Amino acid sequence: LGTSIIALTFDGGVILGADSRTSTGNYIANRASDKITPLCDNVYTLRSGSASDTQAIAGYVQHFIAQHQAEEGDQVTVKTVANLVKMMAYNNKDFMQAGLIVAGFDKHGGGQVYSISLGGTVTATPFAMSGSGSTYINGFCDKYWRENMSEQDAMEFITRALRYAMTWDASSGGCIRTVTITAAGVKRQFIQGSQIPPTYGELPRQQVVA
Amino acid sequence: MDVSRGASHAEAAPSTGTTIVACTYKGGVVFGADGRVSIGNYIMNRASNKIAPLSDYIFLCRSGSAPDTQIISDNVRHYLHQASAESGEEPSVLMAANLVRLLNYNNKDHLVGAMLVVGWDKHAGGQLYGVPISGTLAKEKWAIDGSGSSYIWGYCDSEFKEDMTRAEAENWVKEALALAMTRDASSGGTIRMYTLDDAGVHYTYIPGDQVPQFMGDLPFPTGGPVGAVLGSAGREGGMVIG
Repeated sequence: LGTSIIALTFDGGVILGADSRTSTGNYIANRASDKITPLCDNVYTLRSGSASDTQAIAGYVQHFIAQHQAEEGDQVTVKTVANLVKMMAYNNKDFMQAGLIVAGFDKHGGGQVYSISLGGTVTATPFAMSGSGSTYINGFCDKYWRENMSEQDAMEFITRALRYAMTWDASSGGCIRTVTITAAGVKRQFIQGSQIPPTYGELPRQQVVA
Repeated sequence: MDVSRGASHAEAAPSTGTTIVACTYKGGVVFGADGRVSIGNYIMNRASNKIAPLSDYIFLCRSGSAPDTQIISDNVRHYLHQASAESGEEPSVLMAANLVRLLNYNNKDHLVGAMLVVGWDKHAGGQLYGVPISGTLAKEKWAIDGSGSSYIWGYCDSEFKEDMTRAEAENWVKEALALAMTRDASSGGTIRMYTLDDAGVHYTYIPGDQVPQFMGDLPFPTGGPVGAVLGSAGREGGMVIG
C-alpha cells in the first residue's frame, strides 16, 4: 500500500482522507481501493503499509470491538479502539508492516486521531498523516494546518494536501476518498480522479485514459 | 552533502544532506540553498555555501557529492570563461547548463551531482535548468533538489504561480527552504539566496536565527541563561559551539 493518508480533527469531529492506489511494483493492482475501513460505528481506520497485514488487523479489531460494544452497552471510545489496534501491532511487530491511523468521534472526547506506527507506538495528535506520499506534503501541511478548522476548511485542506501527495508520489493516486465522523454520524465522500485539478506539468485529466 | 563517498555511487542517489530551491519570476530568477554539511550526526559546516558562480550572471546550485559538484563547477567555470573570451560576450545560461549536463552524462558511472543551473543572459532573460544525476537537462519554471526537497514538493507546487513579483518569488524560495530545513535533519543552518534580474545580482544572507520557524521548532535561544553561558565561554576564551 504505497499510500497517502491523512486524518485531522476539526471543530465538531474528524475527517479521514486517503488516495485509492494499491500497487505491486509498477503495476497498479487496484486504482480505486478503499483504504478507509470501519472498526465500529463511530471509529474508522486509515491503512498504510502491507495491505494484507492491515486488513488482518482491521478484521480482528472489528470482531473484538463488536464484542466489547455488546458488553459495554454504550458507544465504544476511540481510545479503546486505538489501544486494541496498538496491541495487535505491538505484539506482532516482528511479523508485520502496518502503519495505521485510527480516528473517530465519541461523546467523551469529541473527535480524536491516534497514529499507530510500525513498532506499535500510539500518539494522539490533532493531525496525522502517513504513507509514502506523506513525505512530499510535510512542507505544505506545516505551513497550512491550523487547529480547530471548520468542517469546510478541513475538507479543503485534506483534499489539497492529498492532491499534491498523489501528484508527487508514484505509489499514490487515483481518486480521493474521505470519511467525516461527527456526533450526527458518518458521511462518506468520493472525488473522482478526473475532478481533481491537475498540478504542475500534469496533463488535464480528459486526455488521460486511466 | 555527502562528503565521504560510499562504496557504490552508481546506485540510486545517496543521502545528499541539502536543500536547493530555484524559481523564475516576472523579471528574472531567484534561487537559494541551506548551509548544512554533515557527516552522520556531526555537522561539519553549519554555514557552507552551496551556490557556486559559473560566470558573473550564471550560478550552480550544488547537491549530491560535494567533491563531484565542486569539480564540475570548476571545470564549467573554466570552459565558460574560455567561451566568453572567444565570443566577446557574456556566456548564455543554456550553454552553461549544457556543459554541466555533458559532464554528468559522459561520466555518469563516476559522478553523483544533482544540480540546478540558474542565470540571466540578454537572449532569454532569467532561466533555470535542472541537471540531475545521469545527465538529463530540463528547462523548468521552478525546481528543487537535495534530500530536503522531498518534504516541500507539495508546498512548492501549491504556491508557485507564473509571473510572480520579485518579493513573492523571494518569499517562495525562503519559505520552501525553511520548511525543508524544519523537517530534514541533513538540511539546516543558514539560507543563502540570490536574485538575478536585468539590474544584476542581488545576494541575501539569512543567518540561522532569522530563518522562518514553523510548527514544532523551538525558537532560537536569545539572551537568558543559555546566552549568558555562550557569552561567558567566548569571553573566557573557551570554545563556543552552536
